[in-house]
Amino acid sequence: MDLYRDLILDHYRNPRNFGHLDKPDVAVEDHNVSCGDRMVMEIKFKVKSLKSKAAIEDIRFSGEGCAISQASASMLTEKAKTLAAEKILVLTLEDIVEMLGTTLTPSRVKCALLPLEVLQKAMIKV
Amino acid sequence: MADVIKDFPLLKRKINGKPIVYLDSAATSLKPQSVIDAQDDYYRRYSANVHRGIYAISEEATEAYENARKKVAGFIHAPSVNEIIFTRGTTESINLVAAGIGKTLIAGDNVVVTIMEHHSNFVPWQQRAVGKNVEFRILNIDKNGKLNLNDLDTVITRRTRVLAITAVSNVLGTINPIRDIVKSVRRISPHCLVVVDAAQAVPHMVVDVQTWGADFVVFSGHKMLGPTGIGVLWGKTELLEQLHPYQYGGEMIAEVHVDRTIFKKPPQKFEAGTPHIAGAIGLGTAIDYLQSIGMDNVRAHEKEITGYTLKQLSAIVGLQIYGPKTAEDRGGVIALTVKDVHPHDIAQVLNEDNICIRAGNHCAMPLHEHLGLVATVRASFYLYTTREDIDALVEGLEKVKRLLSK
Ligand SMILES: Cc1ncc(COP(=O)(O)O)c(C=O)c1O
Repeated sequence: MDLYRDLILDHYRNPRNFGHLDKPDVAVEDHNVSCGDRMVMEIKFKVKSLKSKAAIEDIRFSGEGCAISQASASMLTEKAKTLAAEKILVLTLEDIVEMLGTTLTPSRVKCALLPLEVLQKAMIKV
Repeated sequence: MADVIKDFPLLKRKINGKPIVYLDSAATSLKPQSVIDAQDDYYRRYSANVHRGIYAISEEATEAYENARKKVAGFIHAPSVNEIIFTRGTTESINLVAAGIGKTLIAGDNVVVTIMEHHSNFVPWQQRAVGKNVEFRILNIDKNGKLNLNDLDTVITRRTRVLAITAVSNVLGTINPIRDIVKSVRRISPHCLVVVDAAQAVPHMVVDVQTWGADFVVFSGHKMLGPTGIGVLWGKTELLEQLHPYQYGGEMIAEVHVDRTIFKKPPQKFEAGTPHIAGAIGLGTAIDYLQSIGMDNVRAHEKEITGYTLKQLSAIVGLQIYGPKTAEDRGGVIALTVKDVHPHDIAQVLNEDNICIRAGNHCAMPLHEHLGLVATVRASFYLYTTREDIDALVEGLEKVKRLLSK
């Protein structure tokens, strides 16, 4: 029972930052067509004039997907709140794997990565 | 059918000390030792090219290759061995036919497919229609996953040039009444060509292309105990003679001059280049194996397993099965969803116990959209599937629910 560790199951059952923001500065949606996953990220920034300083004030995600994509989104949104924009933009698969604390088989990589892809798209939209 | 298990080496394999519960035969079947040996024997003892050498091993290879063609013809009751064309598989067979027919479509024609088609019997036709003023029409299903045959009269018109239809759905398991459908189609549009995707039929039941009365029938070797990379197109002689060649090259040529080329007759006309010789020989051996069991017995076994599975699964709360309700009306394929659990998670949890099932849209995205789903999980069976496999599946699904239900 490696993939469905307690931590992942906890974030899957009780996702953090799930839902919508009142007036987000950006909202980005993307899909994983082959899995049928859909992920939306809504962000409100503290300062949005200076791109690199666009720290996140609040963030929400929504959509449907497997436990891995949902847990990944939940953990990532928590982490993102603590990071500067430039840090978020350079996050990679390795960071996601480390965050999830598990190994991913090739077929699950794209599930785990979807939230990061959506988040990074949102960040460059600022 | 317990005694067939020993013939399949993969079923002896263990991963993490546990045996493999293989429930993905609709994707590809396991291979018996005899098929593996037949290919091995070709490569070791007579791996010469076919139709070329005068020397002994080339003659041997040619004979084995052509003998495989005869076995295929016999297996599907084709009236002539020359109506059997070896291809790479179902996909290539359909593309071959669609490319040839596509050239002859004109504005105002229409082509019809069913909503339950695999992408490989959907997209080649759709792509021939787009941009040509050729209408692409869909035959839909009812809530039990059966074709709306009452709609045939409105969907098929005198301008319908092709009906592309699967004999057995690779998701719903629905067995379509091909013979009756062909009869109705002939009545409405006598010149409509009926192309039957028999990828999920030929491996699992007696198929008689003459009884069906269709024009083209296609299937893959790898889903019927044979190797990957070999498949079949059967077509009526007069149609194959009219159909445009698909590829040009060696083997398919009668004469080439600087200004013109004369092609060989079918089947060679459609077999450009060195074919998959070992694959064809392996497929012939797979047919020997299936015939030694008897296709009626294969079907009876799968029906029994399917009935058992439907019954066992119906006890699981929150589990939804798609397609016809009874084993009588369906092949050994069961697609399902579990409430609030993503199909990928189901497949992943089952994998922990080496239970191999597929999650996704199974190359049938139009069907999934029609059902309002993005994905399902699918368990599919063959002659080596046992009740123990099904019990493992049921137990695995209970575990999925314990772990992932919210
Ligand atoms: C009904 C059906 N048609 C077509 C195909 C495609 O077969 P292949 O990939 O062997 O060409 C499959 C299986 O994948 C199938 O189940």
